[in-house]
Amino acid sequence: MEILMSVIIGFLFMAAVYLILSRSLIRVVIGTGLLSHGAHLLILTMGGFSGSAPPVLADGVTDFVDPLPQALILTAIVISFGVTAVFLVMAYRAYQELETDNMTLLKGNDEHD
Amino acid sequence: MINLLLFPVLIPFLTAMILMFFPKRVSAQRAVTAVGMIASVIASIFLLITVMRDGVQAVTLGSWPAPFGITMVSDPLSAALVLTSNLITLAIVFYSFRSIGEGREKHFYYPAMMFMLTGVNGAFTTGDIFNLFVFFEVLLMASYVLIVLGGEKRQLRESIKYILVNIVSSAFFVTTVAMLYSVTGTLNMADIAAKITDIGQSGILTVIAVMLILVFGLKGAIFPLYFWLPSSYAAPPVPVLALFGALLTKVGVYAIMRTVTLLFPHDPGFTHEMLMILSILTIVAGCIGALAYFDLKQIVIYNIIIAVGVILFGVAQMNMAGLEGAVFYLIHDMFIKAGLFMLIGVIIAVTGTSNLREMGGLMKTYPALAWTWLIAAFGLAGIPPLSGFFGKLLIVQGAFEADNLWGGIIILASSLIVLLSVIRIFIHAFWGEPKPVKATSKQIYRGLFVPAAMITALTVFYGVGTEWLRPVMFDAAEILHQPSIYIDAVLKE
Repeated sequence: MEILMSVIIGFLFMAAVYLILSRSLIRVVIGTGLLSHGAHLLILTMGGFSGSAPPVLADGVTDFVDPLPQALILTAIVISFGVTAVFLVMAYRAYQELETDNMTLLKGNDEHD
Repeated sequence: MINLLLFPVLIPFLTAMILMFFPKRVSAQRAVTAVGMIASVIASIFLLITVMRDGVQAVTLGSWPAPFGITMVSDPLSAALVLTSNLITLAIVFYSFRSIGEGREKHFYYPAMMFMLTGVNGAFTTGDIFNLFVFFEVLLMASYVLIVLGGEKRQLRESIKYILVNIVSSAFFVTTVAMLYSVTGTLNMADIAAKITDIGQSGILTVIAVMLILVFGLKGAIFPLYFWLPSSYAAPPVPVLALFGALLTKVGVYAIMRTVTLLFPHDPGFTHEMLMILSILTIVAGCIGALAYFDLKQIVIYNIIIAVGVILFGVAQMNMAGLEGAVFYLIHDMFIKAGLFMLIGVIIAVTGTSNLREMGGLMKTYPALAWTWLIAAFGLAGIPPLSGFFGKLLIVQGAFEADNLWGGIIILASSLIVLLSVIRIFIHAFWGEPKPVKATSKQIYRGLFVPAAMITALTVFYGVGTEWLRPVMFDAAEILHQPSIYIDAVLKE
């Protein structure tokens, strides 16, 4: 199971890197979304897939799933959600102001703002 | 009072929350921010005194036993860094009153600044690797707001690059924490260090160490991960630039210091050798940039990169002299970079440009500014009675003790280039034929100049008072050199 998940996460990272290196800004944002999905799945995988019951105290259950990675993922999800929202709004504002979503055209120096 | 070490985190946080309620009332914003900052500075002075008197302070939140809860740890290094960042932010708050403009002040400028300070102080104080990630995100999120606030075209363009680089490095950080957790099964830094000491630093742990250097190197701008910094830092207004230049990269540097000395000191032949080579290349890259530009901001920005290289070179020596020099130089550099950025802000305010070719002869009209700049420039280069001297002396001594002769010589040579780059500003801006300057009101000039001169005076004190500060730096370096002190303080309460 862990092997399968590793391969899938590797594929997600690959897709994310490919999208982040592309020209269109919205593809870059989608790439960062895939990157954080990959990272979150990696935390889950690295915690191990042992245990059968969900981490909720119940009578007669002794074999729990590791609760710590789930808490970490929950934190990381909220953070990446906030950052993605900021990034999307920034991309929208940049599209309004600079009138392009092409990353290669987003350049300039002091003389050409 | 055992919760004392939380105060420098909590006070800016509460101040920021209070400030959120009345964004449009500018004078109230200023007053509350100033009161909050002064309280925070006082709390961090008490914290440093307590840490020096009673040893390392550790508190595990919620009274859980040590590896299970989130531990906050204040050793001399983090207490000194917290005090430094509070003092710098206080000066920048006063500087902002006259320079940032009402438009930004009405749109949550001060709350963002306070949230950033919360993140910085938290990152310096935490003893838990995932909590470090969270505090990194707190300070980064606030820095996204600060870098884009105002919404000029240039700011929008650069903040997109800045945010993208930081999202990628944060995802990398999460990945690294996941791998570290799967190897050691814990997140508390002292507990990780103890476990790595028990099981030995195997190949996978060295890989994780390199990944951590990569993550923090992206935050702290080491070679070859510094590419985002020069253009991003040039975009926001000067007080924000001073805040970023003094605090943000130094958090990354502190995190590298902490991880390579506490978690991964067992295979220095690989990790520390790599860190040393990277830091030398960082210095070279920074020197090239510092000489290449005729723009005030860019010259000082590339000096940040040089200083990051010098500090990490000291860390990579792993002997007492190198580490103590790195601590000395780290705090010196935070003060001097804040001072230099604030001073170039004054120069830009009076000349209306940041291009060195378009200014000259300011010595006649603004003599106090000129002499302060000269003192700051000499302090940056490390001329003996001033602040940069002793740290670099110890770093070079550490390099020679560890038989890294060439590294030491490159550090000394880089000082010459640093001096040349900032003296070039002095020659072009203050000497020569006077060129027309903008009519700046006395009030604005004084409001900008006084905080900048205060920070420069602090660096002079830091250089002259080396003997008084030495015990703090020595204790800080001792804990970096012998991580068992840190581990025992956290785990055996």
